[in-house]
Amino acid sequence: MKARRLGAVAAAATLALTLAACGSGQPSGGSGGTGGGGGGGLKIGIKFDQPGMGLKKGNEYSGFDVEVAKYVAKELGTSEDNITWVQAPSAQRETLIQTGQVDFVVATYSITDARKEKVSFAGPYFIAGQDLLVRADDATITGPDALDGKKLCSVTGSTSAQKVKKQYPGVQLQEFGTYSECLPALQTGGVDALTTDDTILAGYAAQEQYKGKFKVVGKPFSKENYGIGLKKGDTAQCTKITDAIKKMISDGSWQKALDANLGPAGYKPGAGNPPTPDACS
Amino acid sequence: MFDVLEKYDILAAFWMTIKLTFFSAIGALVIGTVLAIMRVSPVAVLRRLGAFYVNVVRNTPLTLIVFFSLAGVGIVLQINLVDPNSATSLRDNAIRWAMVALAVYHAAFVCEALRSGFNTVPLGQAEAARSIGLTFGQSLREVILPQAFRGAIAPLGSVLIALTKNTTVASVIGVAEASALMKVIIENETASVAVFLVFALGFVILTLPVGLLFTSLSRRLAVKR
Repeated sequence: MKARRLGAVAAAATLALTLAACGSGQPSGGSGGTGGGGGGGLKIGIKFDQPGMGLKKGNEYSGFDVEVAKYVAKELGTSEDNITWVQAPSAQRETLIQTGQVDFVVATYSITDARKEKVSFAGPYFIAGQDLLVRADDATITGPDALDGKKLCSVTGSTSAQKVKKQYPGVQLQEFGTYSECLPALQTGGVDALTTDDTILAGYAAQEQYKGKFKVVGKPFSKENYGIGLKKGDTAQCTKITDAIKKMISDGSWQKALDANLGPAGYKPGAGNPPTPDACS
Repeated sequence: MFDVLEKYDILAAFWMTIKLTFFSAIGALVIGTVLAIMRVSPVAVLRRLGAFYVNVVRNTPLTLIVFFSLAGVGIVLQINLVDPNSATSLRDNAIRWAMVALAVYHAAFVCEALRSGFNTVPLGQAEAARSIGLTFGQSLREVILPQAFRGAIAPLGSVLIALTKNTTVASVIGVAEASALMKVIIENETASVAVFLVFALGFVILTLPVGLLFTSLSRRLAVKR
């Protein structure tokens, strides 16, 4: 009897661990969030680990995505205190939206056709491009054309990594689990450049411990339209969010948020910014 | 769904998984055997060293070992396992460091499996071996180890199955094995249950026969006492 009870406890603990591993950062429990979201609150998915875009430090959330999310929430009639932030790692974004664990996702979420089949997008609210981050004293890498024989670092399976493999076969690519793991390798010369969206690169270059050590090359070679992902077919919500984005751009909050979060790295947004959000369909 | 999967070379990814498993398994078996011998040796220092290795390595997350081996030892300390000037040095270095890390980690488990094998050999066997004048090395080689291996086949099979699945951790240093390809597919086509199922099925195909083989081996080779 006792052994059986112990077994059940162990099984429950294992289950809890598995759940935690799958959906870390998810508002506690399997109640589906019905309790927490009662008073007109919003659950917003953001990145927790991307300096400059979406970063969690203690209980503070900062970054451009976070500012956009706050502004949109305000326009939807939700105050900052009623926002529940949910971690939305890249691979889980569609699932989080489809299962209703978040109301929308603002997490460096590029609008692509494959994703449009599963979720709807409001936006774009920002146009990023794939760029290179190099050591501040490196003058050899001036752009994507000067990459032959160089060693690049990116994240396993990411769009940026795939693009490098396909378009620049003369480049060697080291892939790691996260971008922060590339930085020590870049610093010590193990790799020559880190490549992904310029927003993410600027966020890392602006971090306190790396200030002045790295620079963004500033020759983007792709176009990523960041959108706000929400439940497929929810046109009403999509229109409201699109209006909020338009208002944010026109009243100057957009520029202010950008300067505050990515400005310190000397980052200038690429051509096409601020973008005009597409109509919802 | 399956037309999506046709765009990707899933077999090549699983072939990398098999290569990782194969070479790491050999490495783990060699290191693990040495460790197990250390742990039953008459020299106290060796016994403690063996126990220390097992306890440290077994209780360190594999992700950490794999990442540290390449990022810490390979890139920061510049200890390369390949010619750094070759055109594919980064990729090959990552693969080899992944194999080393997997072998080092699973050696601890191999050691413990073998030690359980040692325990199946009755004490009288060792005493008899010593009494006919065999040295420690001889009695180990001729009498104890062969029986220990035969007694440890089932747990060794479990270690091999765990190793097969643990190769997925190699994707954290960019080795293009099955789970890395899964990440690519999820990035491009968005996540769906079918993608997970295909890769889960792939691992079942790899591990199920191994399990069956080792079970039957353990039954046939076990020393009848």
